[in-house]
Amino acid sequence: MRVSLFITCYNDALFPETGKAVVNVLERLGHRIEFRPEQTCCGQMHWNTGYLREAVPVIRHFVRVYQDVEAVVIPSSSCVSMMRDHYIKAAEMDGDAKLVADVEALLPRIYEFSEFLVRKLGVEDVGASYPHRVTYHASCHSVRSLHLGDIPIRLLRQVRDLDLQPIQNAQECCGFGGTFSIKNPDVSSAMLADKVRNVLNTGAEVCTAVDNSCLMHLYGSLHRQRTFVRTAHIAEILASGHVEEQGARA
Amino acid sequence: MPDNSNARSRILASIRMSLGGSSTPEAIAADYASIPRPYTRSSVADQGALLDLFIDRLLEYDAGFYRCNRGGIATLVADILTLRDKRRLAIPSGIPADWLPEGFEFAVADTWRNDQLDKIEGTLSACAVAIAETGTIVVQNVPGQGPRALSLVPDYFLCVVFAEQIVATVPEAFDRIEATSALPTTFISGPSATADIEMTRIKGVHGPRFLDVILVV
Amino acid sequence: MTEVHETHWNRRDFPEAARDLLQNSQTRKNVQNATGIIQAKRNNVVAELPDWQDLREAGAQIRAHTLRHLDHYLMQFEENCTRAGGHVHWASDAEDARRIILDLVRQQQAEEVVKIKTMTSEEIGLNAHLEAHGIQPIETDLAELIIQLGKDRPSHFVVPALHVNRAQIRELFQREMHLPDIGDRPEDLTDAARTYLREKYLRIKVAISGGNFLIADTGGMCIVESEGNGRMCLTLPDVLISIVGIEKVVPSYRDLEVFLQTLPRSATGERMNPYNSTWCGVHPGDGPKEFHVVLLDNGRSPILADKEARQTLQCIRCAACLNVCPVYHQTGGHAYESVYAGPIGAILTPQLNSMKEGRSLPYASSLCGACYEVCPVKINIPEVLIHLRGKVVQQDQATLAGKFSLWNIGMQAAAFLFADSSRLALAERIGQVGQKPLVSKNGFIEWMPLMLSGWTQTRDLRAMPAQSFRQWWATERASQPNGKQPNAG
Repeated sequence: MRVSLFITCYNDALFPETGKAVVNVLERLGHRIEFRPEQTCCGQMHWNTGYLREAVPVIRHFVRVYQDVEAVVIPSSSCVSMMRDHYIKAAEMDGDAKLVADVEALLPRIYEFSEFLVRKLGVEDVGASYPHRVTYHASCHSVRSLHLGDIPIRLLRQVRDLDLQPIQNAQECCGFGGTFSIKNPDVSSAMLADKVRNVLNTGAEVCTAVDNSCLMHLYGSLHRQRTFVRTAHIAEILASGHVEEQGARA
Repeated sequence: MPDNSNARSRILASIRMSLGGSSTPEAIAADYASIPRPYTRSSVADQGALLDLFIDRLLEYDAGFYRCNRGGIATLVADILTLRDKRRLAIPSGIPADWLPEGFEFAVADTWRNDQLDKIEGTLSACAVAIAETGTIVVQNVPGQGPRALSLVPDYFLCVVFAEQIVATVPEAFDRIEATSALPTTFISGPSATADIEMTRIKGVHGPRFLDVILVV
Repeated sequence: MTEVHETHWNRRDFPEAARDLLQNSQTRKNVQNATGIIQAKRNNVVAELPDWQDLREAGAQIRAHTLRHLDHYLMQFEENCTRAGGHVHWASDAEDARRIILDLVRQQQAEEVVKIKTMTSEEIGLNAHLEAHGIQPIETDLAELIIQLGKDRPSHFVVPALHVNRAQIRELFQREMHLPDIGDRPEDLTDAARTYLREKYLRIKVAISGGNFLIADTGGMCIVESEGNGRMCLTLPDVLISIVGIEKVVPSYRDLEVFLQTLPRSATGERMNPYNSTWCGVHPGDGPKEFHVVLLDNGRSPILADKEARQTLQCIRCAACLNVCPVYHQTGGHAYESVYAGPIGAILTPQLNSMKEGRSLPYASSLCGACYEVCPVKINIPEVLIHLRGKVVQQDQATLAGKFSLWNIGMQAAAFLFADSSRLALAERIGQVGQKPLVSKNGFIEWMPLMLSGWTQTRDLRAMPAQSFRQWWATERASQPNGKQPNAG
């Protein structure tokens, strides 16, 4: 399959290793990756902060860039949620019937990364190994918007030597919420403190998720407290320590 | 009051302006009828299972529970009242005479004042319908159940529920009471309770603190 | 007289109010404990119902339908209630409602009234108004009694005193009920309340209540409660006055079969709450001789005009959204500075105030969506929050201060960058260089200026890597066409 990678604005600047890991995993599975440099952002930051009109040109740009794509894979459930939950509404708000139609045509071809592996490719074992104790934080969009269910857990369970520890209150928000973390820094930090405590209680060395936004928030506190617990996007775990004899599975 | 009718017109006008007009009653009725209701209306549980479920719920509420057959009501009432150390109960008009045992006093209290009800030891009543799933007893202002104060003011409520009055689900209960929905109706699910203090559930705040149910099979 | 809108109290912004409340560890502990308990119970009883999602959907549709035809159903209710011997009054706003109720109480020459818990009476500032005119309102709901005696404010509309613990309550009762020897077990406290209030139920002639549902086809009303104080107030006095928001009407008595399943399970985590009462108008020999319903608008009817936000009025006041909200868990209800707290408060309060007050409330959310998941009438609260944020932004942009605020300039600049990838790529390069003064030796940013300092107060930020993904792709992968084959190394 020819898969187009939408890296997302924040992964591009802050977490390029996640993008490299996605490329790594998908190429091992035999797919051709393309990266369209015209890409920018999904528009969520503006939309969620109430800058609705300002989000429309950003959305229109995204749709234009990916109009003819076979599949676009996105290592961020919050961006995919923005597209599925709000793109049509944004286009309707703008009164642009063509944009509405283009969005409707594109939506079925948009996938979050872990969802792409399991639901589209039917793959749960990508041949990775990661000998660490890991805990999984279920980001809000992945649970309540994308309904990923246990897809990320199933992927992690297939990673060799990975010691997966459940986290208490896995589905409670980490407190990031985009601009919420800056507009309401005290409440955001309080929510983060609870989440970090739950992470630390698992004894894990690494906390993973399908969203770097949450992980950036978590690591912000884990590092500030000098806990030496790391965060890693699930793609990076899945790209680790490949068992070469297994070969790639298509 | 002139002020009031101005407020009425203002509010209705504001609503209509917000909605962008009104529909005809026929259109509204059709719209209402088209609301899909796929939720469970009735269950297919057999009578035995229903009884067991209802009893379970009563016991969970710490309601007293007793069983007898049709002919044994009066005897059972006597036993229960002896156990509870009570001699005199209020009753609504319409309680069958053969429910009432000798040796105890039963006063028809439909027209009693509140302070009179406050002094009596308890009330004996029938019910309109009971719901197994929730352990609910429904009473209405009809003969045998009476005005609401009777099941409210005295500290003890003794209710006779016939097995055939027990339905499984809330919608089924509404099937039974729909025709009398204009009557004062009370759904009773256990003794009164509060959880306002550190979420600890305490029974018996203002309503009757003691509830016994006679199940007639 | 200029209207002081009681729905919003001190008018501090949410971040400011929250910061204060976050300092109160006792409150936070009480709130987390209480909401944790209700949530667990709620999840259990919801799991018991295989048709829970069907009930939610039916509930949502019934409420949405009613709102679409609200004038029709209110008139139908009025007609049927009046035919049953009740009196229906209409109040445009809080002042109207207070005046109507005061007049009705004065007609009875009552100096005291007993009250059932109702947020609607808080909303209109009824107690203070009655007291100012020599009438003593007596709260009978245990939590409201605690609030009243403590001269406090409710923080949750089902468990209003959720923020106080038993030691605090005991101290209060000792002082205000003159019971120096009262024990501190919950049983002792409720016993004290029972005795204190019983003589009042038997003596006081006038009661004031809210209403959970107005029933259009019978002209009846439904009150949902646990303690029995509701039944006392709506049965024993001579006169009952009920103040109810206009949105509380349902088309038919049968509709209760849905809400009497979803409301108790959502609100207190019970299959059924102890007492539900329904009646129509007055019934000779059973209950009050006079029954008055005051239909309250107070900012509700304009909300109907906003098709996106109209669903706000579907609310049946179960407070499940409060119990599950991770923001509410941290701050409790007082941070919202409003009668209606939590997620529903964040969308209802600003709208009741025509977006003039409570403008920080739509931002008091991380948009996690937990509220929408539990709402028994499927109000898409996150969607409405974003919609209201849009209104706040538009309002701000219409002012000079707003147009030139840092936020607006920043967001406009970001939109400019996101419109074109070469602009974005350039901005990245500038950021990679420009951040250097902020980056500490260990590669982290520990301080950022202006509003970004909110982040660095409690969190570090990893510095931007020297090479972004697109830069990497352009250099490392430029030599191969798109779709390179996997390599083995």
